[in-house]
Amino acid sequence: MEKWLEQVEPLTFKGQIAVPYTWWAGETGSLFLMGLRDKETIMGCRCNSCGTVYVPPRRTCAQCFTDTGEWVQLSNEGTVQSYTVVRFSHPLQPVEVPFAYAMIQLDGADVSLVHLIKKDLDKLEKGVRVRACFKEKSERKGHILDIDGFEII
Amino acid sequence: MDNIAIVGVAQTKYAKRKKDKTCADLVFDVTRAAMEDAGLTLGDVDNVVTVSNDFIDGRTISSMAVGDAAGAHDKNISTVEGDGTFGALYGAMRTLGGFGTTLVVTHAKGSEGDVRFITNGMFDPIYQRLLGLESISSSALQARMYMDRYGLTEEDFARVSVKNHANGKNNPFAHLQLDVTVDDVMNSEKLADPLKKLDCSPVSDGAAAIIIANESHVKKAKTKPVWVRGMAHCSDAYLLGDRDLAVPQSLAAASKKAYTMAGISDPLKSIDLVELYDAFSYMEPMWLEGMGFCEAGKGARLLDQGVTAMSGGLPVNPSGGVLSSHAMLVAGLARIIESVLQLRGEAGQRQVENAKTALAHGINGACGQAHCVWILGNQK
Ligand SMILES: [Zn+2]
Repeated sequence: MEKWLEQVEPLTFKGQIAVPYTWWAGETGSLFLMGLRDKETIMGCRCNSCGTVYVPPRRTCAQCFTDTGEWVQLSNEGTVQSYTVVRFSHPLQPVEVPFAYAMIQLDGADVSLVHLIKKDLDKLEKGVRVRACFKEKSERKGHILDIDGFEII
Repeated sequence: MDNIAIVGVAQTKYAKRKKDKTCADLVFDVTRAAMEDAGLTLGDVDNVVTVSNDFIDGRTISSMAVGDAAGAHDKNISTVEGDGTFGALYGAMRTLGGFGTTLVVTHAKGSEGDVRFITNGMFDPIYQRLLGLESISSSALQARMYMDRYGLTEEDFARVSVKNHANGKNNPFAHLQLDVTVDDVMNSEKLADPLKKLDCSPVSDGAAAIIIANESHVKKAKTKPVWVRGMAHCSDAYLLGDRDLAVPQSLAAASKKAYTMAGISDPLKSIDLVELYDAFSYMEPMWLEGMGFCEAGKGARLLDQGVTAMSGGLPVNPSGGVLSSHAMLVAGLARIIESVLQLRGEAGQRQVENAKTALAHGINGACGQAHCVWILGNQK
């Protein structure tokens, strides 16, 4: 049965799955995203129990399995903990290659935020200081990409 | 724990674009072959676990589409969405829970979808997915953090690729059988620094199946039983930024549990070979550290000292590993199957001499969020 298959192209069918979703960002996520949109501020939250400051913020601390408590305004500046310069193109990517992904520990946070770096890619290294650049106010819509990217300071 | 054993195994040859088989064909083939290997009939199989992923299959509740091919008609069937080692762990628990024999089967035709889109779907839709992260770029963040922490070089990782691709040449099931040098790896296409094409596993299609039996059913099978001496899985935080990506702490926790169950205090002394999930070259040394074979940051040194070579004290991925064949989800079950073949002394050209105890390993999630560790032995 396999023999004749070698002579032909297989019959294939193109997938059509494109399911629209709308994800409720949640109470905590909404406050975070509105902070980006309206005030160019990056908000985190602190666990009442262990003190960890999380960003993106979340309702619960997985370590302690308790509700996180207070909101914390973080600095728009931070330190690169890891990075990669991406060189292959794919429709998923929000910007043209080459660009970098970086794990950025904002001042005041205990965890890293993953985001984009578009310029000065050759200056990237662990420990480099970066600052968030926001989109123009008219372009911001309460989205993680309201932060256009981070710039090396 | 009661004694349970793996009494039948089967896997397909791994390849890109298996145009001669549908998913159901692949499942049917390995289900039949695993029963044949064990010398059991469908009547001897008490329940079935399928392992699949809806995104890879392009349909929802994809497991329901392969039940017929897995011989599950009129049988107790359940499913695990994740790596095959996790499906096998669930199958083992069902066997411990009173079923005589359990068939675990997993399949993937990753080449029919777009793996970049599929792995982008791993990430949360609000904070990370929209950035375009997928498996290569996220793993590159991990590789970089690991290098920076311990002063490792890209060549350290390239040597893993060279070793495992060379091993793959001894494995007739391997997708890639490549002669590559460190220079070849270093000069291969740059994808996301520090990862280059030959640091990354291929997208393969394939399927695999195992049959797990409790002790009272082991004698029904004609094969030499391979005993499950320990197994455990643990998971770390979901968001990448919450984790210390350079330290596989969930692997360390899972390994410790599996070793305790198996009565192992010095893994380097007690274990004869490792089959681990090296989706990217940097993962092998990193996972070896998590498994406690050496101190943190010293995984690459095991390779340099020849410990992990076929001729070394702890051959790692004699099969060529995931770098040589990466059928998603299937790849972990393949690690178990390769270990079983080694312990039965049936691994052909890739046989590790005198193998009595093996570690098989699988991962779930981005950058090895969760790890599953199996300790298998040809003695109870
Ligand atoms: Zn806490």
